[in-house]
Amino acid sequence: MRYNVPSPLETRIISQRFDLPNSASIDTYLANDGYVALRKAIGMAPEAIIDELRASSLRGRGGAGFPTGMKWSFVPRNTGRPSYIICNSDESEPCTCKDRLLMENDPQQLIEGMLIAGWTIQSSKGYIFIRGEYRYQIEIMERAIAEAYERGYLGKNVLGTGWDFDLYTHSGAGAYECGEETALLESLEGKRGVPRLKPPFPAVAGAFQSPTILNNTETLSTVPVIIRMGGADYAALGTPKNGGTRLMCVSGHVNKPGVYELPLGFPLMRLINDVCGGMRNRKKLKAVIPGGSSAPVLKAEECDIPLDFDSIAKAKSMAGSGGILVLDEDTDMVAVALRTIKFYAHESCGWCIPCREGTTWLKKVLTRFHDGGGRSSDIDLIAELANNMLGRTFCALGDAAAMPTAAFVAKFRDEFEAYLKRSSAAVEPELAVV
Amino acid sequence: MAAPVNLTIDGQKLQASPGTLLINAAKQAGISIPAFCYYDGLALQAACRMCLVEVEKTPKLQVACTLPVAEGMVVRTDSPQVRQARKGMLEFLLTNHPLDCPVCDKGGECELQDMVFRYGAGQSRFIEPKVHVDEKQWSPIVYYDAPRCILCYRCVRICGEGLGVSALGIGNRGVVAEIVPNRGDHLECDECGACIDICPVGALTSGTYRYKARPWEMDHVGTICTHCSNGCKTTLGIRNGQILRANSRDHSGINGEFLCVKGRYAFDFNEHPGRLTSPLVRSDGEFKPVSWAQALAAVAQRFTELRVKRGNFAVIGSNHTTNEENFLLQKFAREVLRTSNIDHHRTGDVAGLIHALDGRTNVLASTDDLYNTKAALVISSDLAQEQPLLAFQLRANWRHHKAHVYAVTPGPVREDNYATTARAEPGNEFDVFESMRERLAKEPELVILFGDAIKGGRIARLVSFGDSLGIPVKYVCLVDYSNSRGASDMGLLPHLLPGYRSVSDSGLEPGLNYDQILAAADLDALWIVGANPLARQSLASPNAFLVVQDLFLTETARQASVVLPAASAYEKNGTFTNVCGDVQKLSRAAKTMGTKSDLEIIALLAKEMRQDFGAAKPEVVFDEIRRSVRGYDVPLTVIETGGAAKTVLLDGRPQVASRNGHFRVDTDANLIRSARNTLFTSGTLGRFSQMLSSVIEAPGALYRDPRKQPEVREGSVQVETVKQGQ
Repeated sequence: MRYNVPSPLETRIISQRFDLPNSASIDTYLANDGYVALRKAIGMAPEAIIDELRASSLRGRGGAGFPTGMKWSFVPRNTGRPSYIICNSDESEPCTCKDRLLMENDPQQLIEGMLIAGWTIQSSKGYIFIRGEYRYQIEIMERAIAEAYERGYLGKNVLGTGWDFDLYTHSGAGAYECGEETALLESLEGKRGVPRLKPPFPAVAGAFQSPTILNNTETLSTVPVIIRMGGADYAALGTPKNGGTRLMCVSGHVNKPGVYELPLGFPLMRLINDVCGGMRNRKKLKAVIPGGSSAPVLKAEECDIPLDFDSIAKAKSMAGSGGILVLDEDTDMVAVALRTIKFYAHESCGWCIPCREGTTWLKKVLTRFHDGGGRSSDIDLIAELANNMLGRTFCALGDAAAMPTAAFVAKFRDEFEAYLKRSSAAVEPELAVV
Repeated sequence: MAAPVNLTIDGQKLQASPGTLLINAAKQAGISIPAFCYYDGLALQAACRMCLVEVEKTPKLQVACTLPVAEGMVVRTDSPQVRQARKGMLEFLLTNHPLDCPVCDKGGECELQDMVFRYGAGQSRFIEPKVHVDEKQWSPIVYYDAPRCILCYRCVRICGEGLGVSALGIGNRGVVAEIVPNRGDHLECDECGACIDICPVGALTSGTYRYKARPWEMDHVGTICTHCSNGCKTTLGIRNGQILRANSRDHSGINGEFLCVKGRYAFDFNEHPGRLTSPLVRSDGEFKPVSWAQALAAVAQRFTELRVKRGNFAVIGSNHTTNEENFLLQKFAREVLRTSNIDHHRTGDVAGLIHALDGRTNVLASTDDLYNTKAALVISSDLAQEQPLLAFQLRANWRHHKAHVYAVTPGPVREDNYATTARAEPGNEFDVFESMRERLAKEPELVILFGDAIKGGRIARLVSFGDSLGIPVKYVCLVDYSNSRGASDMGLLPHLLPGYRSVSDSGLEPGLNYDQILAAADLDALWIVGANPLARQSLASPNAFLVVQDLFLTETARQASVVLPAASAYEKNGTFTNVCGDVQKLSRAAKTMGTKSDLEIIALLAKEMRQDFGAAKPEVVFDEIRRSVRGYDVPLTVIETGGAAKTVLLDGRPQVASRNGHFRVDTDANLIRSARNTLFTSGTLGRFSQMLSSVIEAPGALYRDPRKQPEVREGSVQVETVKQGQ
């Protein structure tokens, strides 16, 4: 089931089966184009499959937006080692809630995507790494996997090709960091969830030091669609270099929050006003966080942009995971900054110094600032600490914490200064409180 | 070799071989890039972010410890941006650091302190409450203070990668992440203390040293550990003549950063209240403390009387005394007492090996060879327990050079985790060698390490097996104690002179061996230097005049007529020869009032007996050794500068040209008896170290890798590959 009413403005491709009765069952899937793409892919050379992905301009839906076709082409074949297909379903980015829908409503589509990936690199094993909090979704996936085994789509001799493919779910243990692909691999291997040094990249030495395709749930769920309709047709739905559609998760102060499948390049303001029914209580728009909480905030006047990777990057933010948070004029931006950094301080894995200490320091300063103990030097201090983290941490988590924080201060400095007027400690204290 | 890469660091043009990490390329050019987590020989972490540098054409600062050099790379390691980044990083580090330098053991030699002095951030903008966690004690030796920890993971890596113990891990996440023992709240490990030494800050502190001294109050004396035969260099921290700590401070020894629990902590015997500080003479059945002059006169008088009467003398020497002392002792025995009844507790058949290899060259492996050989075969030794440095070196060789290690042992050993191992019941070893023959013969070279399982005639069999492989083979005869090898080389043997010359060269007949001495009923005098034979065996000559030199009133000393208090190895100068034949220098560090070194005692006795032995200085005796003992003509500069000089006992010339024609080997293999010390025992000496007995692993025989189950089967000789190196 879906949690929101679909919008007529949607282009429903990967969510096409979401509203069908019993949509998670393999029978529903088979009755609605299910496993057509896999049969097609089996007749294609691996290079042809990758070419279709290239032609589709599909970019990774997990956050970084890396071209999927290129990622697959990096995986060495015939190395003599096993290879793996890993699905990143550790959906933990705040504001993001699309992977769970793909698993709840169309698990077979994901399985088919992984099978096509498996066929492409002749891998015989796949894992779906699902965040531990998604207990319900893990159960759905396991039921779906069992059904696929029953019908011969998984297991020995898939569709009579002589090729074997086994698929497993693997539960995360509640760490945001394990959404980072190498930390995910560490966790999958039973180790502590901290990121690995890159290079080597997972394509070359991923799971168990073997060649690995590692993609987001939505990315893999899109693969069958692309193979079925052809890369060029899929690409044509979006804008150049930003092919197709994606699930946009809208939350915040709009009338109809929810997950909507829209083509890339769909205007942000249309999303808010037409798809989501406008601002709640007719308030004015203050800001939008366009790609999950890691994305730098956009002020209202910066929001007149199309939602694709390049346009959002041009606006100095990022499309990220597709989580869009809309904030109205009553929003306290200091509180938003504090809530955001609290998340990252809690989720920092602690591996490297700047992220471990920086996020916590920022959290402490912002907490004090928000509670009325702000000092005039704090505003610059917050900006500088974020700057000291930026680009210097081991993995992207540090940047994910620093970028939005820096943006909150830069774009809403007036609100921070207003806080100072209410602060009891605006004048520098004589003695530091230790 | 691939062509070198050209790069520029801070304006200096330089070359480095491809694959060199930038941090090392800079170091070679004399440019130091600061780092906490980077540590030579251990896995890369890139966690501390201190080594950030500017590389032209890259937008972000780059981490020098993981970045390989590239052609045309232009690097700046000291630009304002880099300095700012480092300062920022230090400021982050200090936020939750307790800044308790004034009471911290590490103060004065702390890498964090040094770095803050260099890059600033001494004044913090952090005014929030710090994260505090109480200090924890993980073992009698290891304390952990989490707030001081900067999480560089050096300790985790040295324990897991370096030693293969993996006692340490990481717990929690984010700002409360900390180092934790992998087994609950305490350590079950080798208790080697490597984690403490490698810690760049004061997070891990040593139970024996904490809060005792500041580093600058101590003298730091590099000397050789007095416990096992591996000959690790240990730097003793001395204040007021007392040893406060031991570590591998400058990594200049053959052991690099390695030391085991004995090397780091078992120096405490030196301060044991049971140390003898006055000579004792038995009168009316009881010991009376007397002056040195009285004691020496008593011994000299008795020895002189017996010499005139052509009495039956015997001498038992030590595994812990210096080469100089051993040399002088056998000289005294042979020249003054005119006896060949001299021996020591032999723990490995070195003489047998020398005999079997006679006439060859380049067949005795040095300590370095263990780190560099392409393949090694360990026979019937639990190396990690009995020869900890050799175990560490072999493991490092496997880690760094992918060496193939084979082990044939009666029970599970730590090498099982990475080597090709097979079980063989004692006596069955050669069957297993045969089953390994094909694989061994494919190796380009081999070092064979064997202990007392192969002795007497079986050594010749081992050598002919080695010969039959058709590859260069070198050997190490494993022995137990700090100068076991030197005792053998210096001729503390009834049938061999220093350098394994036959005694007949000096006109003597071979004398009584160790067991025969103790069993002889007609000894008039027995002189025991630094040995405790009467702990297990009894003396058959009840009326023999028994002179004992030792540190403690041992079982043997208790039966003596005269006891002379000896200085320990940490209290004298001289040289030791380690298990691989490397000679290294001992430097006097501590002092115990009332004791004399064995060298002084022997020389004073000679003087008292009006024998001219020349000056009783270690250097003079060593000079004589260099001139007269084959293979010991080692470069003095190496020794004097604290290096390890390799002896060459076998140089292709036949070892012996004695009058009755042949180099005689004592065929009584029962004389070769390893003490089977564990990591936590050290013969008699170890009993006087409270530290060794205070750890839960002591005495160590039960301390095994918990992941391994014993898998000895009756008559099992199957080869099993437990884990292959990649």
